[in-house]
Amino acid sequence: MKTEFTAQTEITPQLEKKIVAIAERYHKEPHQLMRILLDIQKVTSNAIPREVAIVVSRVTGIPEAKLYGFVSFYAMISPAPRGKYVIRMCESAPCHVTGAVAVMESIIKTLGIQPGETSRDGRFTLEYCQCLGVCESSPAILVNDMIYKNLTPGRAATLIEDYMRGDVS
Amino acid sequence: MLQETRIVLRNVGEINPVSVEDYRKRGGYESLRKALTMPPEDVIAEIEKSRLRGRGGAGFPTARKWSFVLKAESEQKYVICNADEGEPGTNKDRIVLSNDPNSVFEGMAIAAWAVGADRGFLYLRFEYPYVFPILEQALQNARDAGCLGKNIFGTDFNFDITVVSGGGAYVCGEETALIESIEGNRGEPRFKPPYPGISGLYGKPTVVNNVETLANIPVIMDKGGEWFSKTGVPSCTGTKVFTLCGNIAQKGVFEYPMGTNLRDIFETHGGVKDNRDLRGFMLGGQSGNLINASQIDLPMDIDSCQQAESVLGTGTIMVIDDYTEILDIVENIMKFFIEESCGKCTPCREGNIRIYEVIQRINRGEGKMDDMILLEELAETMNIASLCGLGQNSSVAVITSMHNFREDYLKAIERGRRA
Amino acid sequence: MSKVKLTIDGLPVEIEEGATILRAADELDIYIPTLCYHPDQNVKANCRICVVEVVGMKLLVPACSYPATEGMAVLTHSQRVRTARRNILELILARHAQDCLHCDRSGFCELQKVSEEMHFLRTPRYPYVARSDYWDDSSPSIVRNSQKCVACGRCEYVCSNIQTVHALSKVGRGFEVNFEPAYGKKLGDSVCINCGQCIQACPTAALTIYDYTLRVWRAFADPQKTVVAQVAPAVRITLAEALGEAPGTISTGRLVTALKRVGFDVVFDTDFTADLTIMEEGTELLGRINNGGVLPMITSCSPGWIKFCETYYPDLIPNLSTCKSPQAMFGALIKTFYAKQIRKVPSDIFSVSIMPCTAKKFEAQRPEMGRNGYRDVDVVISVQEIARMIRSAGINFSNLPETPFDSPFGLGSGAGEIFGATGGVMEAALRTVYEIVTGKELDSLDFESVRGFEGIKEASVMVGDIKVKVAVAHGLGNARKLMDAIRAKEADYHFIEIMACPGGCIGGGGNPIKNWRKMGPRLEAVYREDKNMPLRKSHENPYVKKLYEDFLGEPNSHKCHELLHTRYVDRSYLLR
Repeated sequence: MKTEFTAQTEITPQLEKKIVAIAERYHKEPHQLMRILLDIQKVTSNAIPREVAIVVSRVTGIPEAKLYGFVSFYAMISPAPRGKYVIRMCESAPCHVTGAVAVMESIIKTLGIQPGETSRDGRFTLEYCQCLGVCESSPAILVNDMIYKNLTPGRAATLIEDYMRGDVS
Repeated sequence: MLQETRIVLRNVGEINPVSVEDYRKRGGYESLRKALTMPPEDVIAEIEKSRLRGRGGAGFPTARKWSFVLKAESEQKYVICNADEGEPGTNKDRIVLSNDPNSVFEGMAIAAWAVGADRGFLYLRFEYPYVFPILEQALQNARDAGCLGKNIFGTDFNFDITVVSGGGAYVCGEETALIESIEGNRGEPRFKPPYPGISGLYGKPTVVNNVETLANIPVIMDKGGEWFSKTGVPSCTGTKVFTLCGNIAQKGVFEYPMGTNLRDIFETHGGVKDNRDLRGFMLGGQSGNLINASQIDLPMDIDSCQQAESVLGTGTIMVIDDYTEILDIVENIMKFFIEESCGKCTPCREGNIRIYEVIQRINRGEGKMDDMILLEELAETMNIASLCGLGQNSSVAVITSMHNFREDYLKAIERGRRA
Repeated sequence: MSKVKLTIDGLPVEIEEGATILRAADELDIYIPTLCYHPDQNVKANCRICVVEVVGMKLLVPACSYPATEGMAVLTHSQRVRTARRNILELILARHAQDCLHCDRSGFCELQKVSEEMHFLRTPRYPYVARSDYWDDSSPSIVRNSQKCVACGRCEYVCSNIQTVHALSKVGRGFEVNFEPAYGKKLGDSVCINCGQCIQACPTAALTIYDYTLRVWRAFADPQKTVVAQVAPAVRITLAEALGEAPGTISTGRLVTALKRVGFDVVFDTDFTADLTIMEEGTELLGRINNGGVLPMITSCSPGWIKFCETYYPDLIPNLSTCKSPQAMFGALIKTFYAKQIRKVPSDIFSVSIMPCTAKKFEAQRPEMGRNGYRDVDVVISVQEIARMIRSAGINFSNLPETPFDSPFGLGSGAGEIFGATGGVMEAALRTVYEIVTGKELDSLDFESVRGFEGIKEASVMVGDIKVKVAVAHGLGNARKLMDAIRAKEADYHFIEIMACPGGCIGGGGNPIKNWRKMGPRLEAVYREDKNMPLRKSHENPYVKKLYEDFLGEPNSHKCHELLHTRYVDRSYLLR
């Protein structure tokens, strides 16, 4: 049942156009690189796979190897395709001592995938991440750009189910 | 019961974060206006009078940092706001940036005037994507109001700020790694010297200040360094924004004078959650210390913490209750550093995982007394020989927990011996 | 420059302000171990082996980066330093495959040396953990073994900053960092141009030369095969060094003796085809100048450069000389002209090139370098490999008598010999082109302006009534500058020499491990050898003349084009 998940990494002319348009903001200003790659991730499979890196390399003049070194360094940029929703569970100490383990178990059960995996329909990728910076409301997860705080196993399951049904956009 | 002293958080909850009018109604940008009438040396002198020390963790005197950059000869200089708040258990910068971004912009602009910079970067960690729109909007409003941009307040001073995103790398909170990251590179720290004040962003003299440090600047310029220095303790003036987290009844971000007793803060916010017993604290984040319940009478300022072989760091106070295993926390902390080590220098790249292996072994009941010696020796080497603060401090939790919770280690080793 | 005074291990020393502790220690002849430090590269300070104690400082500092300051008291082997260093070494060793006994770098490995000097005798207290996905022998030139990697970053620096090839980069983070091609590609499928400068930069055996010596030994054992060697100009300069003698020791005669004793039936001199190259390339250049051909013409002797051009500058392929490299010309002649002469079928000749170069291994495998189902060159071995063969044959190189090269291809000129150094091809070409065009003898054969290690050298020479403008670049970072200028139509040269490796072939990836300090004596030796040769101009080589008379016809003839010229392919697909 492999569907759009792999199809998304194919660079269609439309997608290439989008990538080029974002990459053109680079203007030889190195500080733009991170924003560009993060924005490109939003129009691709939540990742910078090789096909995408080559387009970026062509537009910006940054060698592919250097881009790969960059992409592979930062936790929030992925060289491998990910789901439409990337669910990041904080595993740092403040969340850890307030029940993160139980919350993660609940998410794993609800989604049916392990951390580091993507659901077969290509919609969800589950990851561990380090501190999300909302320790005063721990435990917390980040789903793409949305933060969810003060989670319990039950609340987490409900939230994920909402996403699975498509009630959250 | 303590009362908060709000200097950094003065506008939090009082204004519309993106509204420059709201900010100006409460005296905002008047400090910048005032600074622009003063020679840069005088601005730095005022900051020096305040004895403000950096709030990012190291506690370096801010005025001294600025004066290095002022004295450095270069046509181009930069001011960077370090908003890569990655230290687990620390949320203060997010609170400031999402509630009162203009106080930070104003602090940056004053810094820029004081050192002769015209370009600023605010490096915001990736994990705060929802703060981006606030910053961008607030910046645009400030520009439109003439508080940033070209010819600020009709002077010939130009200064503008670009918001740059992090990519999910704790190490980028280290100033030189942050600079590398802005330059479009892997966020690996540089060796120092040279310090950023001499050779920073793109090799130019650069001020790198923490969000909280910068948010203090407008107040100091407004009320004077003298006034500021009366808060806190003589060696460490002003306030500290603390993040209370973990198993405490009332979690949150609160501002108290430097030197406030840990016990008072703890008790003011309700003690341990669910009336459990207190096991100890993690202070200053994951690169900070683990102290036990008996060490609670601790004045929370840079030097007092240091004298007590603890650390104020970023002002994190994580409460640990008696349901939590200390060795679990240490294991969790080392896992964090395995993930977050950039991999540049040997001790940190190779050492964290080795410490983790040993802790895991002890925690599983497979440890030996020799492991304690190995831990101490390796932790010491990482501490004194690593390239940056990450590697130098990643094993602090191990060292301090071995001192302050020694019985936990011995029990685990003993458990293994009997099994 | 003002000076600072400090003490190291109690000994006073004075050094210029800004110098590092490592330099100050060097002044005192105090040795501090290093790994990531390379004298030709930027300071990295990441291995931390060189940490020292500064009295009064809580943290240790790396001697390679930390500046010596006034009044500083440095301790290089205090207990704190020794403990830290040994712990760091232990961490490295726990990631390093401990198979020194059968390691390619055994005996000249920097990690082995550090470990030995630090008198490190214990087994690491940590379980050995190999880097994942560590083995890559997809390239015909370079083998990558991350199990030996110490993550110093010297390979990436030379590949990206000096050569601007960008085949390798630092990937991942933390414990998992590795140096590898982008997106899991194998080196052989990547933009790597096989120059082997990464091998030269690597302190250990994480990057080594692809070893082909077994195939040569097997050929010796095959009674059917006549094993023919050709020896590149630079080999006689660096072989003795590879066998433990001083850099710059010329060993031409001993080299031939050794090769014969190892088992080669015939030993030819690539200087000969270097002369032939000059005849062909010089003729081609004059043709282009006189007939409005594509200019500037660019040399094609350096196969690393050729792949670089094919990958990054395919639009400039028409500028490349169509001449094969001297090794490839020789390969073609051995399997045709020479085979006929000794009445052998080409398949019964085993042709071995002995080269200072790792990219020659790639060149020999190009489809253009063969015909009728056989390869012009069967195996290319580097100086490092032939040195191993000589040692494993039990030959004491230092005491060998001298033997001349075999005829008919045993005679080369000084012009052929200087192909080994940057600027050499240009100088050789100028000697010949000048005399052929003007019919006059040069007053001085030494074109000093194209000699030496400056990155880009320029000269102009009046040849008859044409002012010929030339440029020379070595190291591909420098080549890139010239190519960009040509692309931008900002360069009006007639002729450009490019060598992929810094310093030219004497700095090639197949040589003994180098740094610029060793390169000086090597360079000096090249011109010393040139001066000592009875023949110093390619067009005066009598055997070259005879080869044209008996076999090739005239330069750039149809036969020459068939055997001595080649074509190139657009490899920009590697970037897509």
